[in-house]
Amino acid sequence: MTLRRHLLYAAPLAIAGIAGVSFLAMLRRMKTGAFDPHDIGSPMDGKPIPNFTLPAPGGGKGFSTADVLALHRPVLINFFASWCAPCIDEAPNLVALAPQIPIWGVAYQDQAPDTERFLAQFGNPYQRLGADHDGYTAINFGLYGVPETYLIDPTGIIRARYAGALTGDIISGSLMPLVRGMS
Amino acid sequence: MIPELGHYALALATVIAFAQCFLPIWGAHRRDARLMAAAGPLAVAQLLALAVSCFALVYSSVVSDFSVTNVYENSASTKPLIYKITGAWGNHEGSILLWALILGLCGVAVTLRGGGLPSSLRARVLGVLGGTSAGFMLYAVLLSNPLLRTWPAPTEGQGMNPLLQDPGLAVHPPILYLGYVGFAVPFAFAVAALLEGRIDAAWGRWVRPWALLSWCFLTCGIALGSWWAYYELGWGGYWFWDPVENASLLPWLTGTALVHSAIVVEKREALKIWTVLLAIGTFSLSLSGTFLVRSGILNSVHSFANDPDRGVFILGLLAIVIGGSLALFAWRAPKLAEGGLFAPLSREGALVLNNLFLVSICTVVLIGTMYPPFADLLFGAKISVGAPFFQATVLPLVVPLIAAMTIGPVLPWKRAQLAPALQRLWWVALIALAVGAFAAIGWKLLPGIAFGGAAWLIVGSLAEIAERIKLFRLPFRQSVARLGGISPAVWGSAVAHAGFGVTVAGIAAMSLATSVIVSVPVGSVEHVAGYDWKLVSLETLPGPNYISRQATIDVSRNGKLVTIMRPARHSFTSQQITTTDTAIHTMIYADLYAVLGDESGGNAVLRLHYNSGAPLIWLGGLIMALGGVASLLDRRLRVGAPARRAVAVTA
Repeated sequence: MTLRRHLLYAAPLAIAGIAGVSFLAMLRRMKTGAFDPHDIGSPMDGKPIPNFTLPAPGGGKGFSTADVLALHRPVLINFFASWCAPCIDEAPNLVALAPQIPIWGVAYQDQAPDTERFLAQFGNPYQRLGADHDGYTAINFGLYGVPETYLIDPTGIIRARYAGALTGDIISGSLMPLVRGMS
Repeated sequence: MIPELGHYALALATVIAFAQCFLPIWGAHRRDARLMAAAGPLAVAQLLALAVSCFALVYSSVVSDFSVTNVYENSASTKPLIYKITGAWGNHEGSILLWALILGLCGVAVTLRGGGLPSSLRARVLGVLGGTSAGFMLYAVLLSNPLLRTWPAPTEGQGMNPLLQDPGLAVHPPILYLGYVGFAVPFAFAVAALLEGRIDAAWGRWVRPWALLSWCFLTCGIALGSWWAYYELGWGGYWFWDPVENASLLPWLTGTALVHSAIVVEKREALKIWTVLLAIGTFSLSLSGTFLVRSGILNSVHSFANDPDRGVFILGLLAIVIGGSLALFAWRAPKLAEGGLFAPLSREGALVLNNLFLVSICTVVLIGTMYPPFADLLFGAKISVGAPFFQATVLPLVVPLIAAMTIGPVLPWKRAQLAPALQRLWWVALIALAVGAFAAIGWKLLPGIAFGGAAWLIVGSLAEIAERIKLFRLPFRQSVARLGGISPAVWGSAVAHAGFGVTVAGIAAMSLATSVIVSVPVGSVEHVAGYDWKLVSLETLPGPNYISRQATIDVSRNGKLVTIMRPARHSFTSQQITTTDTAIHTMIYADLYAVLGDESGGNAVLRLHYNSGAPLIWLGGLIMALGGVASLLDRRLRVGAPARRAVAVTA
């Protein structure tokens, strides 16, 4: 009984200890670059887009790998969600970008009515729209979070990935030069 | 010369803080009255030295002394005076100094108000506070010194992050820090009690005003932060479940639990060990929240300069403060005697239930916040946890919490029966159900439930007051006369619970807000939420250190002009940064909210929101804090605990 009592009272210390050791490991790896919450790497860079077929948010046909390949043009695949605050920030930039390059949207783990309301409120820059309800397509893309944007070249190879909101600087400084280099 | 003086004073304060830590605790152990009595004067001396140091930093910033690295990096001569002053704590180094200054203030406050404390307890409390200060100031002196020089001295500074150039953010950190750091006092009391090996009702009475005061500041701080995100970020949202926001919510949740469990200690001498753990936990969460955000382990939309080296030092500091106190807890707490038995259905039982829900919510939010870095560390997986997780997990816990919040205060201590309590509350429940059903039919189910909950809280609080004055059972005049007889503690709980109800109503209404995004030329009219928004003009205006592009929008309803809104974008000249200046027209029950976006081809992108209920969210926070202050007044009448400062601040 007393041993149990002592164990119980030591539990907070043990939890704090485990957390502390983990934080130390994170800090160490941050120094060597092995752990960086901001840099998320790009394992899919230079690889063909994964195979997927997505329904539209409200049901019906969304788009699939074959549709992307049939386009024979550079295209942006943008993962977004109505529950994601940075996506709201990104929305006007995408609306402004839409005339220059086709943008295909993937609503990531989102309810169809929420997606519709989001697009109605903040603008719809998407030529085609798919819904990734279970998040499997996102996993195949190696999605870090939303918003996230992939630049696909005319042959269906992923040329760049932008995690987080696309800003004017990223669009003019990195994205558009890459797009121009393709055509 | 002034920065050197400040640098010197900071080093001196650090040494004094170490003395304030060791001498009184050693004295209390040896029962040496002289050593114990040294605690007070040392606390005052530490605060004086720190004040000199802070003055030096603010002075250097005001006179734009760019030879001071910190001023060079965060200021510019073109910056308005007010932001030169407030900018002194708007950066990492300055904020640590502010943190230490507030901790020093807490020490002096305990010295001044703690005359009635037993000398050994007082010495130990001040010793623990001194030790915590010492750690932070050592960090400031060694790794994060705001008063270091750079040579050769630059002629112009790099300027301040324009997002921080905002009146809301000038007062936000001090208030939030008063909340965070204020919990150091209950923490010190908890550690001192563990050192003493004794906790009684008096301990609960001493701790509670400090916990309440810090809770009031933290409540205001979180509300201000949320309000700042609302009007400055211009996204129209008020809470994003961002790690920085969660870091302030976690200690608020455990702090709320602490404020309630301390009542049980005071009134019934029960829940003592639990309360000690809550006091330690609340301050630990305050500390680690700051650490996690500042070290860059948590990925946030609010970016801070990250430095893993500093992180290691702070982690070591946390290990000593948190690990030390929890080790002491593991060692001493089992020996503390528990007392005060009570039936599950009683006032105590309701408070335990409240604690369980609050701590459960805290755990859920903590897991959601910490899962991404831990998943990365353990499985190498990159994951982000967003609002759907928090909404799905927190909401089911908030509903029973709200249900219990109104029932708890009507239950008697020790042992209660449910029937009489429900008998008193049936008409409240009826009103809440009616409001909920009405709202659910009119709009949607979830907001309906929330509106019902809000009514349950607000009407329940009114019912509590009505019950106390025997409204309708005595002649009306006598009932009114009884209003003055209600103790401030009862007012406090009624007001705070109603305040939470107001916030819940605001959140519910906000979920029904409408908005549009449009690209329109000058002269066009948009119809949103029954209002006509006419873009009258677009013009370019010069600002003190930015160039501003401003839209003028006439908002009218049924042909009558309601307000003229002027949203703008500021382009800062010294940095390549543009910020949005949201235009907000508040009508208490709703906000009209306009944001100016980019322009192209003569069209301007406008975002127009009708945010129903938005002001209620922060108004509710303010009412909650007022309830806390009312409760504080009660302590002053009975035991002379600190209340004067709280009143002065809220006035």
